[in-house]
Amino acid sequence: MYAQMVKTEAKRVRSLDEMEPQERAFQERIDAGQKIEPKEWMPEDYRKTLIRQISQHAHSEIVGQLPEGNWITRAPTLERKAILLAKVQDEAGHGLYLYCAAETLGISRDQMYEQLHSGKAKYSSIFNYPTLSWADIGAIGWLVDGAAIMNQVPLQRCSYGPYARAMVRICKEESFHQRQGFDIMTVLCKGTPEQKAMAQDALDRWWWPSLMMFGPSDDASVHSAQSMAWNIKQDSNDELRQKFVDQTVPQAKFLGLTVPDPALAWNEAKGGHDFGEPDWTEFFAVIAGEGPCNRERLEARRKAWGDGAWFRDGLTAHASKQAARRQAAKLAAE
Amino acid sequence: MSALGLSPAIAEFALRMGDSCLILGHRNSEWCGHAPALEEDIALANTALDLIGQTQLWLELACEAEGKGRTSDQLAFLRDVSGYRNLLLVEQPNGDFGRTVMRQYLFDAWHLPLLKALMNSTDKRIAAIAEKAAKEVAYHLERSADLVVRLGDGTAESHARMQAAVDFLWPYTGEMFLADALDEELVASGLAPEPGSHKAAWQEHVTRTFADATLKAPEKSFAQKGGRRGVHSEHLGFILAEMQFLQRAYPGARW
Ligand SMILES: [Fe+2]
Ligand SMILES: [Fe+2]
Repeated sequence: MYAQMVKTEAKRVRSLDEMEPQERAFQERIDAGQKIEPKEWMPEDYRKTLIRQISQHAHSEIVGQLPEGNWITRAPTLERKAILLAKVQDEAGHGLYLYCAAETLGISRDQMYEQLHSGKAKYSSIFNYPTLSWADIGAIGWLVDGAAIMNQVPLQRCSYGPYARAMVRICKEESFHQRQGFDIMTVLCKGTPEQKAMAQDALDRWWWPSLMMFGPSDDASVHSAQSMAWNIKQDSNDELRQKFVDQTVPQAKFLGLTVPDPALAWNEAKGGHDFGEPDWTEFFAVIAGEGPCNRERLEARRKAWGDGAWFRDGLTAHASKQAARRQAAKLAAE
Repeated sequence: MSALGLSPAIAEFALRMGDSCLILGHRNSEWCGHAPALEEDIALANTALDLIGQTQLWLELACEAEGKGRTSDQLAFLRDVSGYRNLLLVEQPNGDFGRTVMRQYLFDAWHLPLLKALMNSTDKRIAAIAEKAAKEVAYHLERSADLVVRLGDGTAESHARMQAAVDFLWPYTGEMFLADALDEELVASGLAPEPGSHKAAWQEHVTRTFADATLKAPEKSFAQKGGRRGVHSEHLGFILAEMQFLQRAYPGARW
């Protein structure tokens, strides 16, 4: 997911009876499906957890520009170039909505950037994998945007108003991204043998990292339980992964591609697929900064921010000069 | 012009317009994910997207007027450097963000008055493309001029960077107003204005913007030229090598 393994400070989820009246009233509102708005009282841990979750989500949108941006200048047709540009622009827009949503919780965008650049804040593991061929752009739209939709659709109904509203805008665009990705794959699979091989290679490399996006099983996680009680997480990681596999396997079949999992099989009894376990050692290594592109991604973001300091300072300086001039003009007029 | 709309002059003119849009759009898109602020990432992608859209319209017109059955993608992805007709200005490397902003501004301030004049073209297709593009470019110009002013009149460093950008790019502006035999033909048939005819509008805009930005146009300069004849700087070859990679590596494949 774009936000993976978000920690709360809970040791266990407390019942309503154990809460002080203020917190109890808060929890009852959430249980009744009401939205919490920025100015309202909220437990400190709810606020902090949401900042972690939303900022991680925002960082993922921003870092996610890099692997796809990698192919804009090499897109094979004018139309594909325009579609990819529009998609990457959407992702930057998603980052913007999400940073704004997080800012309502009392953190600034600059502080969040600082946390990203220092390595304190995380972003989705998926964006630490390289885009090596044009088919990877198709695979990202199909699988990565597809996986993102899985948990973002329920988040449209989450308890925090600004986050829920940001998700409504984002989800509309994500499903368009997924269709475009699938369309790239469809054309490749109907193309030359080399193009078909390119598509299969992309699926081989992106399948397992896509399943890892949902994070390891969290059935026993107190953090997940607390987030669910707060309605800022609706489904368990395993439920979402199952849904994703069940949705994606028939699509791969339609494309004539082979999902790289020998354990994959339809299980009639459960009405879903059985599938293999992702390599969690790899996942934790990627999270810890040892993925194939972690260093490039972070370095690119740090460099953009550092190189852009003079630009931002210039705009700020101009704004204060303008304010001073207006003030002087006002005084002169009096 | 023939009944089918065939016209070598229109085809060549459409290439000149489309190629400049394509190459500038390409350069802008190189910033994707690396801009100094998120708002700039979004704005640059947006400008690039508009320019690629305009490229499609101009190159489709070029195909139609050429009448050889080529597609706009074939024009974009299968012509070599000497076949490209863009201004040298737009193929110059991005440099720092200041140079990118300045390049965009110098281009926009030329592009808008040209498009406005083209809205009166005797060819309806040219007039229609110009009308659509002018709406987008009016916004590009508003934005790029505003950034030039804010950065020129910002800090000492932002001022110095913007002045360096003007000094570097200025020699590439002269080419925008030079006329050749094709222009004479276009003017004679009312298809397009004389390139020098919107120099005054450009000059006036630049003078005003630079005054607000506390920037100076170089007093002495020379004009680098050749883009219109397919004689480019060394940079274009690398742009095309990157842009055309897939079409060249997999000839005839559909994408
Ligand atoms: Fe997104
Ligand atoms: Fe997306």
